[in-house]
Amino acid sequence: MKARVHVMLKNGVLDPQGEAVRHALATLGFDGVKGVRQGKVIELDLEETDAEAARAAVARMCETLLANTVIESYTVEIG
Amino acid sequence: MHAAVITFPGSNCDRDLAVAFEKAGARVSRVWHKDTELPQGVDVVGIPGGFSFGDYLRCGAIAANSPICRAVVAHAGRGGYVLGICNGFQVLTETRLLPGALMRNAGLKFICRSVALTVATTDSAFTEGYQAGQTLRVPVAHHDGNYTAGADLLAQLRGEDRIAFTYAEPVNGSAGDIAGVLSENRRVLGMMPHPERAAEDAHGSTDGRQIFAGLVGALTAA
Repeated sequence: MKARVHVMLKNGVLDPQGEAVRHALATLGFDGVKGVRQGKVIELDLEETDAEAARAAVARMCETLLANTVIESYTVEIG
Repeated sequence: MHAAVITFPGSNCDRDLAVAFEKAGARVSRVWHKDTELPQGVDVVGIPGGFSFGDYLRCGAIAANSPICRAVVAHAGRGGYVLGICNGFQVLTETRLLPGALMRNAGLKFICRSVALTVATTDSAFTEGYQAGQTLRVPVAHHDGNYTAGADLLAQLRGEDRIAFTYAEPVNGSAGDIAGVLSENRRVLGMMPHPERAAEDAHGSTDGRQIFAGLVGALTAA
């Protein structure tokens, strides 16, 4: 079973890298980009075959290692 | 006084940190990240600077979940002392022994230079040998030293006098220009600047030496 984790900085946490990307886009002539937030996608290939068990296991992985919940939020997609 | 200095794959200040403790009079044991226990009788654990595990995922995140860090968390839980410098500070926030998080520098650049630090509290074994408000010259060398804390946490750190050092001028975008913070029991210190690189005459500054001398003095007297 596949799982995909999206990790993003929480709202209100300043994202210096996203801000640099926004500046670069403006320099390249891409007008009208009001904001850029940069995150990461982590794909997992799991032995688990039960979707709810997989979701619970991945959530534990996020809380323990994959995300720093002080500054980041995460979402989990299964399948 | 017995200090343990941890080495992770990618640590590069471990030897310098061990030497700084030794020159201050400590007995030093070197500890490997796969070790599951600290040596018997360790008073203080030093977590060095560097790029543990290549800074993969987040700086310090993989190191914080390594076997030796479970022993470090237990050591801190028993009231043991811990000093985390640079990557070591990042490891300490990732273990949650210290609050907040260290994010990419606001200017996005790696900053490697000597900076002026202000001693913000003398109420700790690490800082009691300094004068409050004293200015120190200590090098920084980091890409992710931007201390991030919400308004509530900042107010709490200030209220509890847990900010050990601030940058005298903005360096990396840190909230409140914070360069180092203490745990609630004041026995865990994390700081981005490198006092072990300002500990001998040949370094150009000896302003960092007192942190090690203070620790050795406090823990030997105890």
